[in-house]
Amino acid sequence: MSTLTKTAPPATQPPARRAPVQPVWLRVTHWLNVLAVVVMVMSGWRIYNASPIFAFRFPNEMTLGGWLGGALLWHFAAMWLLAANGLIYLLTNLASGRFVRRFFPLTLRGVVSDLFAAARGRLAHDDPRHYNQVQRAAYLFAVLDLVLLIASGLAIWKPVQLGWLCTLFGGFQGARLVHFIAMAGLVGFVAIHVVMVALVPRTLRTMLTGR
Amino acid sequence: MSLERKSNIVTPDAPLVRDGDAILHEARVLMTRRVAEPSRRAFLTRTLSLGGVALLSGCSLDDNASVESALNKISRWNDRVQAALFRRNVLAPTFPASAITRPFPFNAFYSIDEAPVVEEADYRLELSGLIADKAPWRLDALREFAAPRAAEQITRHVCVEGWSAIGRWGGVTFADFLRRIGADTTARYVGFKCADDYYTSIDMPTALHPQTLLALTYDGQTLPREYGFPMKLRIPTKLGYKNPKHIQAIYVTNTYSGGYWEDQGYNWFGGS
Repeated sequence: MSTLTKTAPPATQPPARRAPVQPVWLRVTHWLNVLAVVVMVMSGWRIYNASPIFAFRFPNEMTLGGWLGGALLWHFAAMWLLAANGLIYLLTNLASGRFVRRFFPLTLRGVVSDLFAAARGRLAHDDPRHYNQVQRAAYLFAVLDLVLLIASGLAIWKPVQLGWLCTLFGGFQGARLVHFIAMAGLVGFVAIHVVMVALVPRTLRTMLTGR
Repeated sequence: MSLERKSNIVTPDAPLVRDGDAILHEARVLMTRRVAEPSRRAFLTRTLSLGGVALLSGCSLDDNASVESALNKISRWNDRVQAALFRRNVLAPTFPASAITRPFPFNAFYSIDEAPVVEEADYRLELSGLIADKAPWRLDALREFAAPRAAEQITRHVCVEGWSAIGRWGGVTFADFLRRIGADTTARYVGFKCADDYYTSIDMPTALHPQTLLALTYDGQTLPREYGFPMKLRIPTKLGYKNPKHIQAIYVTNTYSGGYWEDQGYNWFGGS
């Protein structure tokens, strides 16, 4: 930390525009991820419908692809976008130090305390650069859940060539179950995420314009 | 489904805007027709198609056929990636007899009563393409060839739909048979034509995989009609639809020839 910048009076600071709240690479990867996830989930539901694990099917109107073959085409096309975009996000995030800066420290106590504060409407959102502990936990969950989705998806796709991965998930049917549960987790996250954005609409503008 | 495009609103020789109201009215009629048009489902499909197109550059935005063609191109690319990932010495897991799924499910694009009846006496396996010895094979000759080389495996059959079942197949390693008939194993594809009008083709590395079996028995018995009598190709490294039943003809070629489901959009490599 430079003491110079710390002690300089505000008036003498250069009038340069502040760095965006969300850098451009983050906004691009975020919206590409939205596109990839929507295509993956909707085509995935159609694939699930071909042989449901549980006693329900997803309404066909909410699925993509028209039939199993079409859904598989979408699913196996969008997976490249999901994986490549996710990799760029993770690498840039880690390399730039943003990952550590935004997501840590993270403690269970902090999450619980921020959760109570949020429930009572007492959680300030004055600095969009700062994630509260609930946000940190939620976004980390989304990242890790996507990693789990991709890993279990790979196990279903290549149960022989990636046999070790398949075994890790408890075999082929186990990997399917993990893939489904991870999907449900991600959809749950998205639902809450969208509600929160609706409650604090400024965050949407930040994610679009960076400011 | 294609987004209709109306080109009669403004023609090159249209008069300058003189009657604004009339033009507005005409535009409204056209808009209303579009907005009221079919249903939410159509809207969803279109929106997503547009999203897909945005994703795949180089396609015109008003044509679903180009989305389909782009998706098929990615599927061909996926074939190449999967071929590169494939290792011939990586074996599919095998299971104890206690793990066999009973009864093993019947699965085809028709009902069990419609499964073809192949007469043993009339049966001849036909060979064509890049094969040195194209003489047809009777069933007893196939059994005679298989007997001293008997191979058996208990492996998982994985369906493209997501269900799976464990079964026990016996016969002869397909690589042994390909060598016996003098097949050109440097060729790219091996294709199959079946008594139920099914057809498919596989890559040569998979054909030569040590677990790829020319199956003549199921669970120690002559392969029953519902599982593909007199003979099926059992490939534990591929999805179910790449395991042809009731095989009547085998050909070796360098020309891509698709398959029954593959031609309708299922991924051609279809392997695990």
